Amino acid sequence: MKAELTRQQYLDLYYYMRLNRAVEDTMTKLFRQNKIVGGLYSSLGQEGISVGTAYALEKKDWLAPMIRNIGALLVKGVPPRDIFTQHMAKYTSPTLGKDGTSHFGDLENLHIVSPISMLGDLIPVMTGVAMAGRYLGQKIVAMTWIGDGGSSTGVFHEGLNFAAVQKAPFVLILENNQWAYSTPVRRQVPIENLADRAKAYGIASYVVDGNDVVAVYQAAKEAVDRARAGEGPILIEAKSMRMRGHAQHDPAEYVPKEMFEYWKQRDPIEQYEKFLLGKKLLDAATKKGLENKIDALLEKDRDFAEASPMPPPELAAQGVYCTGDDCHKVAPKWARDKAEVTPPNSSVVAVWNVQGFGQGKGSGGKNAPIHFGDTPAAQEEAANEGKLAPKTPVKVVSNGTEKSPQKSLNRAATHAGDKKSAKVPAGKARR
Amino acid sequence: MAESKASPSTNGGSPSAGQVTFLEAIKQAMYEEMERDPAVVLLGEDVGVYGGAFKTSEGLLERFGWERVIDTPISESAIIGAACGMSYLGLRPIAEMQFIDFIACCFNQLTNFVAKGHYLWGAPAPMVVRGPSGGGVHGGPFHSANPEMYFVHTPGLKVVYPSTPYDAKGLLKSAIRDNNPVLFFEHKYLYRRIKEELPAGDYTVPLGKAIVRREGKHLTIVSYAAMMHTSLEAADALAQEGIEAEVIDLRTLQPLDEETILQSVRKTNKCLVVHEDTKTGGIAGEIAAILCEKAFGDLDGPLMRVTALDTPVPYAPTLEEYFLPNAKKVFAAAKELARY
Repeated sequence: MKAELTRQQYLDLYYYMRLNRAVEDTMTKLFRQNKIVGGLYSSLGQEGISVGTAYALEKKDWLAPMIRNIGALLVKGVPPRDIFTQHMAKYTSPTLGKDGTSHFGDLENLHIVSPISMLGDLIPVMTGVAMAGRYLGQKIVAMTWIGDGGSSTGVFHEGLNFAAVQKAPFVLILENNQWAYSTPVRRQVPIENLADRAKAYGIASYVVDGNDVVAVYQAAKEAVDRARAGEGPILIEAKSMRMRGHAQHDPAEYVPKEMFEYWKQRDPIEQYEKFLLGKKLLDAATKKGLENKIDALLEKDRDFAEASPMPPPELAAQGVYCTGDDCHKVAPKWARDKAEVTPPNSSVVAVWNVQGFGQGKGSGGKNAPIHFGDTPAAQEEAANEGKLAPKTPVKVVSNGTEKSPQKSLNRAATHAGDKKSAKVPAGKARR
Repeated sequence: MAESKASPSTNGGSPSAGQVTFLEAIKQAMYEEMERDPAVVLLGEDVGVYGGAFKTSEGLLERFGWERVIDTPISESAIIGAACGMSYLGLRPIAEMQFIDFIACCFNQLTNFVAKGHYLWGAPAPMVVRGPSGGGVHGGPFHSANPEMYFVHTPGLKVVYPSTPYDAKGLLKSAIRDNNPVLFFEHKYLYRRIKEELPAGDYTVPLGKAIVRREGKHLTIVSYAAMMHTSLEAADALAQEGIEAEVIDLRTLQPLDEETILQSVRKTNKCLVVHEDTKTGGIAGEIAAILCEKAFGDLDGPLMRVTALDTPVPYAPTLEEYFLPNAKKVFAAAKELARY
């Protein structure tokens, strides 16, 4: 089910990877000229991941980048000048100089959520974006990235688990670049493939060579399509290598030289260029044309950024709260009939409806240890229309007289005569 | 303070005139806002089928369905994060903390992600985080906290802490309609202990406005939430001795209504702050600073405070009673202040 690419798509991937690297090369120069205010974080060697994944999204979809996803921002439509002005803390930047790096977003047009430095927080946030999109009927997919390091945070697990139970249209790209600052992945996580973590949430996952942009795109496209179709969240582990230190100040002397050498041979842009030339999808003239286009764009945008002023000092005191005119209207864009989520159409009977309950299926079949649906007491309850509220565990005592707490049962019984049966929304995983 | 048994809950929380409890007022606010605006959704632990640990959301799932009343895993960070993400698409989520103590579990999500979004990149997050707070019910150290000041100290968040059913309903409606993240504290001691006649129609109470609950000329008592009732009780006792205390109910802690406090203190020249939060770093310290900066010349005595002890909330009734402020302690402090 791998997506076939058109020549234009092949060339787009090439263009954005080259643009990504060129933007960062320009910023490295600016950094050395002391024109970058804070830190500079490189995605050298990981461009294929940012570009290949974001390229799988549609315009209406949402993404939230991490610090090394400049490429994803460029694909989504952010002009390089926004990235330059951000890093240079200019008043013309998307945050007016209030934050740097890739810490900016655009709710209204590009659908980008700004990251924060605390890793993993975007996972539940983008789960919420995905849930809201589904609720409004927009058929969007939400995507964000996390590193091998960030996958150890609590919120990674809280977020992915919640996305999974909600079957949210959400794709999480786990960029395994082997290093969390100075700590190698093997000292962080005791498993070979970080994608295996998906098993814990019952969601699909892929492992992909992060330095092969076409493979990354194809995996991401398939994942995005599946998420959009309602299959729930998907985790993609893209294996790659961070080819610089954590940030510019860090010479990364802790990385074995052979490791850099090994990965240098696998540079995603060089590999891809060879592939394109071999397939005659790219020729020298086209390449030169793209390079000229990138050079001209970056020169113009860099000049703009350099010429831009710093923010006026008193701006520091402004904008903490959204008050009247200083913030935009947040209006939901309904793409479904509101009546579906408005009473009386929205009204349901509030009881849990557990699939397979009473048939020994809900818990993995007859060989599973004792669970709901496997006990004599539960069989007895199942006769009651198969509807129970297993909010609290069914307690089975030896003589078989004590059952579920009456409170839950009474509650279910109260609504037994109601006209509608319990509906489990599409978002509630039925498995 | 008026104490009465809880009224039987009207399933579905349909709006009606008449005596309603604090808890019922909150349910009515959510119910009416969800009726009014399909962008309003509720998510939290056990808020759906079970109707919430305190039954504040009872009947909402039946009325508004699974997509709008969302039972979540025990994942406070996921609840707050998801609510924030939802707000970016124009929804107005209400996120419930089963007990407000558990808000500590999502501190980062709230203070770093939600609170800073508008300042940094212009992203308003119209969401409400609400939950039962406060002590006096022997809930122990993890079910009795008053963690409001962590969030008062966080630019970007609003903090509301009502004391009456009328205010609870009107302020919660304002919080839901506000374009900023609002933390809404519900003192659980008040849930079923006070009742009030509420108007039948839609009404709101504005955020950031304190109210004078009792007029007086000898000293000002500033308080909020359950301690507002304690302060009124003390004020009645003080009146027996000829001391007329003015009692101000802050209602909103962030933004703080400085003007109402200053106006009163300029009249009474004395100020006592009573809060159930622990002493160090409580709002009393902030009010003391404001009075020193803006009404120093008006003060005839020191700012005094009656607060909980600087300890965790203890479990045993004897310990908790010792830990909490009460009308006696307020009365004693006010008498001392009145002597200046």
